[in-house]
Amino acid sequence: MARSTAGNTPGDRAALGSTTLVSGSNEFVAERTIASAVRAVRAVDADADFVELAAPELGAAALVEITSPSLFATARCVVVRSLEGLPAEAVEPLVSYVESPAPDVALVLHHTGGLKGKSALDKLRKAGAVEVKAQELKSWEVAGWVADEARRQGSRIDRAAAEALAEAVGIDMRALAGAVDQLVADSAGASITAELVRRYFGGRAEVKGFSVADAAIEGKTSLAIEQLRWALSNRVDPVLITSAVAGGLRALARYVSAPRGLREADLAREVDVPTWKLKRLAAQSRGWSQRGLATAIVAAAKADADVKGAAGDRQWACERLVISVLRARALS
Amino acid sequence: MSVWDDIVGQDRLLDVLRSAVDGAGDALAGRRQDTMTQAWLFTGPPGSGRSNAARAFAAALLCEQKGCGACQACRTVLAGTHGDVIHILSEQLSIGVDTMRDLVRRSALSPVSRRWLVIIVEDADRLTDKAADALLKSIEEPTAHTVWVLCAPTVEDVLPTIRSRCRVLVLRTPPSDAVAAHLVAKDGVPESVATFAARASQGHIGRARALALDDAARTRRREVLRLPTQLVSLGACMTSAANVVDAATEEATPRSTALDAEETADLASAFGGGGGGRGPSGAAYAAAVKELQKNQRQRAKRLVRDSLDRSLLDLASFYRDVLTVQMGGGVELVNEEQRSEIEAVARRTTAEQTARHVGAIFAAREAVEGEVAPILAVEALMISLSGGPSR
Repeated sequence: MARSTAGNTPGDRAALGSTTLVSGSNEFVAERTIASAVRAVRAVDADADFVELAAPELGAAALVEITSPSLFATARCVVVRSLEGLPAEAVEPLVSYVESPAPDVALVLHHTGGLKGKSALDKLRKAGAVEVKAQELKSWEVAGWVADEARRQGSRIDRAAAEALAEAVGIDMRALAGAVDQLVADSAGASITAELVRRYFGGRAEVKGFSVADAAIEGKTSLAIEQLRWALSNRVDPVLITSAVAGGLRALARYVSAPRGLREADLAREVDVPTWKLKRLAAQSRGWSQRGLATAIVAAAKADADVKGAAGDRQWACERLVISVLRARALS
Repeated sequence: MSVWDDIVGQDRLLDVLRSAVDGAGDALAGRRQDTMTQAWLFTGPPGSGRSNAARAFAAALLCEQKGCGACQACRTVLAGTHGDVIHILSEQLSIGVDTMRDLVRRSALSPVSRRWLVIIVEDADRLTDKAADALLKSIEEPTAHTVWVLCAPTVEDVLPTIRSRCRVLVLRTPPSDAVAAHLVAKDGVPESVATFAARASQGHIGRARALALDDAARTRRREVLRLPTQLVSLGACMTSAANVVDAATEEATPRSTALDAEETADLASAFGGGGGGRGPSGAAYAAAVKELQKNQRQRAKRLVRDSLDRSLLDLASFYRDVLTVQMGGGVELVNEEQRSEIEAVARRTTAEQTARHVGAIFAAREAVEGEVAPILAVEALMISLSGGPSR
């Protein structure tokens, strides 16, 4: 039975006598799958052998050797890495092994993605290998993955909490899994709530230039400075901050000077932003005068030159820009 | 006919170069040893013909008749294919030390023609400090038959150490009647268009030719000159800025895509591709492609910035005219066609404001040169020109 999961490894399923096929370049999922197979085998037999080799070394003879019964151990776990480099003559023996696996061997195959070795991959799937996809997450998959991850660790996380966590931690699976692990431990058996996520991860969002720009343009002084500090200490390049602020101001300036009474789609085209941004621009525009915007744009141009070498301290140039934007907002 | 025909309005300079060529002949014939300067620095405003002068000088040095303009040597030098002329032309933001080290090595070779090996470095102002340092020894004591010609807008654009090792020749801004006459004679442009183009380009020969021959260039210039009367609101400033930058991109893109395609094809055929078979492959080819693409991206950026700079200079010429009227200068206006608008603006504003506008334009040029996002720099400029945030 070929079963695909979105990167969550099956739990302590009896791994012996089966073949697990890890496909994809995400190292975190691959390592975790391998580790869980090893754990499963060790749980059955603490003295189990552990063999790891790269596919190019896997001739027909080697395959027979590693999968045949051993004199000294009852169980063994075999990990074959870089499956894309499997020699052509080794494909058939491997497939026929997967069709009738040895009962005391757990075989884990890792294909790191790409087109190479694709046909071997298809044959192995058909032969009954259990596939675990180790792909990088897409941004819209993160919340779902977090929920699966919490379930795997024996807890639950509601949708809002999962989204809050995704927003705070970002897209890196290793960091997400660590965060879920910590939350599961801290929630002491209860399900994980958005409130709990905010308590532990609030403010430590993956700060981008845009959040700095939005906070500054919306006149949230302390938030803007805080976000800027986070961004700079997370090594966001100052160039990205000045360009995000300039972009935000440009959109706002075009928004406030757009003709009245346009339909939403036309307005978005006129301002040159996606339609979902219009609402935010409408809210942002309330605090601003044309004169204020003009002042802020001139300050942004100066800061852009500063972070590109016209000034000695690039971080201070960013800070001064944020302060100038906040001040310009007060102009009427 | 002679190689000097394409050099416009530089009579004094020609005298110097002609006598240098005479001296070079003496040195070759063994009559005198000390008559040839082997390191030159040609300076002059953009478009005054620095690189043309350098090329003509090279042709005259390599020609048996001191620059007849008709022989094999003259024609190949002017076409850029003579083996004894090395031409370093950078379309990138800087010329690096690797290029220069290679050049220094080649400068030690003997010329094939047994006359001179002429090395022309256009845009010597783009030499990085390290690259310039790599040159010092070679231009101070060149190999017996090597002549270096560096070109830069002003003497200050090259390191003092380079400057002091070269003989400096200054090209002046060619007078507009000389440029107009040249356009009529060389390109067959009608007199009236030639006069307009020469005046509008303010002595930039290449720009004058583009204006005279290319409708799109004239249209773009007209649009830029309309800007000062259009900047009535923040929205107008933002839109105008976007238009100016878009126009610059539009002008530059076809040229850079054409160049890119040509180079990519050349590279592929150098690695054995083309001819209908499978394209070349392998790590060396992949690395070369990567390097090429990096250079192409830089050049594309450079071309957009150059085009934008021309627009900004056109804009500056408008305010220059306004200031001329305000100060009662009584000299020819660059934009004679727009006299009425210029006079209107001159009445409405003060000379001080105009001077500030010109300053803002030059600050924006500097910002664009300093890698500030072009759109942002132009937005800030338009806001300043509209009366500024302090309105």
